Amino acid sequence: MASPDTSGYWDKTRTLMWITMAVWVFFGFIVHFFVGALNSVTILGFPLGFYMAAQGSLIAFVILIFWFSSRQDAIDREYGVAEDD
Amino acid sequence: MATKTGSGDFVDNLGKVYGIYTGGFAAFVVLLAILEQVGVPNRWIGYLFVFFTLAVYAGIGVLSRTMQISEYYVAGRRVPAFYNGMATAADWMSGASFVGMAGSLYVLGYDGLAFVLGWTGGYVLVAVLVAPYLRKFGAYTVPDFLAARFGGHFARFIGIIVLFCCSFTYVTAQVYATGIIASRFLGMTFEVAVFVGLIGILLCSMLGGMRAVTWTQVAQYIVLIIAYLIPVVILSAQKYGVPIPQLMYGQALQEIAGLEQSLVSQGLADGAKLRPHITPFTDYDKANFFFLILCLMIGTASLPHILMRYFTTPSVRAARKSVGWSLLFIFLLYFTAPAYAAFAKLEVYQNVIGASLDSLPQWVYTYGQIGLMKVCGVDATTAAAVKEACLAAGRTDGLLHLRDLAINRDVIVIATPEIAGLPYVIAGLVAAGGLAAAMSTADGLLLAIANALSHDIYYKMVDPHASTARRLVVARILLILVAICAAWLASTKPADILSMVAWAFSLAAAGNFPALVLGVWWKRCTSQGAVAGMIAGFGVTLFYLLATRYGGMAEWWGVKNISAAIFGLPVGVIVMIVVSKMTPEPSQEMQDMIDDLRTPRGETVLDKVKA
Repeated sequence: MASPDTSGYWDKTRTLMWITMAVWVFFGFIVHFFVGALNSVTILGFPLGFYMAAQGSLIAFVILIFWFSSRQDAIDREYGVAEDD
Repeated sequence: MATKTGSGDFVDNLGKVYGIYTGGFAAFVVLLAILEQVGVPNRWIGYLFVFFTLAVYAGIGVLSRTMQISEYYVAGRRVPAFYNGMATAADWMSGASFVGMAGSLYVLGYDGLAFVLGWTGGYVLVAVLVAPYLRKFGAYTVPDFLAARFGGHFARFIGIIVLFCCSFTYVTAQVYATGIIASRFLGMTFEVAVFVGLIGILLCSMLGGMRAVTWTQVAQYIVLIIAYLIPVVILSAQKYGVPIPQLMYGQALQEIAGLEQSLVSQGLADGAKLRPHITPFTDYDKANFFFLILCLMIGTASLPHILMRYFTTPSVRAARKSVGWSLLFIFLLYFTAPAYAAFAKLEVYQNVIGASLDSLPQWVYTYGQIGLMKVCGVDATTAAAVKEACLAAGRTDGLLHLRDLAINRDVIVIATPEIAGLPYVIAGLVAAGGLAAAMSTADGLLLAIANALSHDIYYKMVDPHASTARRLVVARILLILVAICAAWLASTKPADILSMVAWAFSLAAAGNFPALVLGVWWKRCTSQGAVAGMIAGFGVTLFYLLATRYGGMAEWWGVKNISAAIFGLPVGVIVMIVVSKMTPEPSQEMQDMIDDLRTPRGETVLDKVKA
């Protein structure tokens, strides 16, 4: 085992996993439940509900992955299990 | 043979190499545009496009040839995150994504966005749940991981079956797409075009395995994304004066909504049948829309040819980051596809529907002549043919009505250059892009299948003492055999196989996902549990697919067959948990291995076991 505090490391990793999954569920599913209501708002010609499915959620996914990987890297470093640069 | 230091130099200079390549490609397009202006026939422009790009990919494939096992299977694990992202994007976006996605959005409107969401959101699962751990494990294939985590050949074998079921129909469809594009633009017969495409695909992958496929896929991504963006960027600049189609199609959506109403009020469209573009849940009901998104997302995170791309990064950290780059590069195409759909719909509603049958726009006849546009039930070859058919169908007003027009989905992307009145060189560019998309996906899939056969079956199960040279020879022979089978099947134009491609996602999701995720995240998951869960989940999904399509079985609760994993997934997970709880806890050794798997630092798990 690489570090004495394996369980602390894994607890933090797991918490980050659940947070990321929650954001994923929100942008992948929950927002689109409300497409009808969101469509009454129009931005630059886009009905908002349509926009979220066509672009908004996609942008959120890209940002989410980069955010996740930097958070996970910070946890790795905190517990001394990160790979050498 | 390229030496190790030689390829090291190459990896250090990637920015320069691909920068020059992109510049060279742009110069080549400009050169062809000039040739077109001085009167070189269109057919030659098409030939030059296809043969030049094929030659470049094949050249990269030959230069990257290798006789080292780890280079052949995982590109030596030295592919930087950014370039692996590009290669994954090319691996991911198939001929159908490139050519057909915008067409599906044209037909389905909002409901088609389930594909856009499903085929992007899955990467979050890849980054968080699967890819970094598989990278740390250090496997060559996905079944390799299943075998090590779930003790032995039985789990490996099920992994291979899942891989084969979801990859083979898929690769056949890619070879088919290659044939269609090559035949349409080069005027060859379809059967010949399939085998020409096959040679291109083999030259890229055979000599260099994963290493060659990686560097050609990066090159193919560059071509396909340029080819996808240019026509619609020009169209947007023409229509709205701003060359950012992804922002400007909001206005097109507004105009479409207005036209939908005016077509109905003029009696050109049937108000009860017209499905407004932005209105949700007209083709899919709400449940099917969300089921489809879920199945596509989880399928994405389970497809072996995608997961194996993350075996090639230099580190676990790079694997995570690389998923982000992958999605960014995929996003560039997927957030453009709805713009294509909207611009095409606007054009059709403005200039085609309601036009006099004597004078439809020229592009309608161009595509009618190759069987992609039908008016009043016949191919729209000439004004006279169209007029006659519509008269026979009882249209007396001489105008084109909405329901008399049937557009093949592939037309939307291909016809955009003509709709925008652009020179032929742009159409040739689109063909080169579609070809790059289909070939790069075919390469990745072929390699996934052939590697499972050569590494998992031949080396691990048949002859564990085979020498390196022998393993590589076997790998190549199997690659060629699989490729020929796929090409032969594609040349028979099997309608069933092509519609089965959509099944790959459900099959992969139900077969692989629970075992991969629980194998990493739940130490208590036992071999028996995993095997039982994989069989149950995969079995239920396959049964549902076959029974609804061929057995005449009614859909359960109206769930469409494309979302079959909605039943297989929970069954798989529950069986896996229940059986695991009933069988003894995994050994201490296995639990230590899982701890090691979860720790980024240090050498790969497999290397440690060997040492």
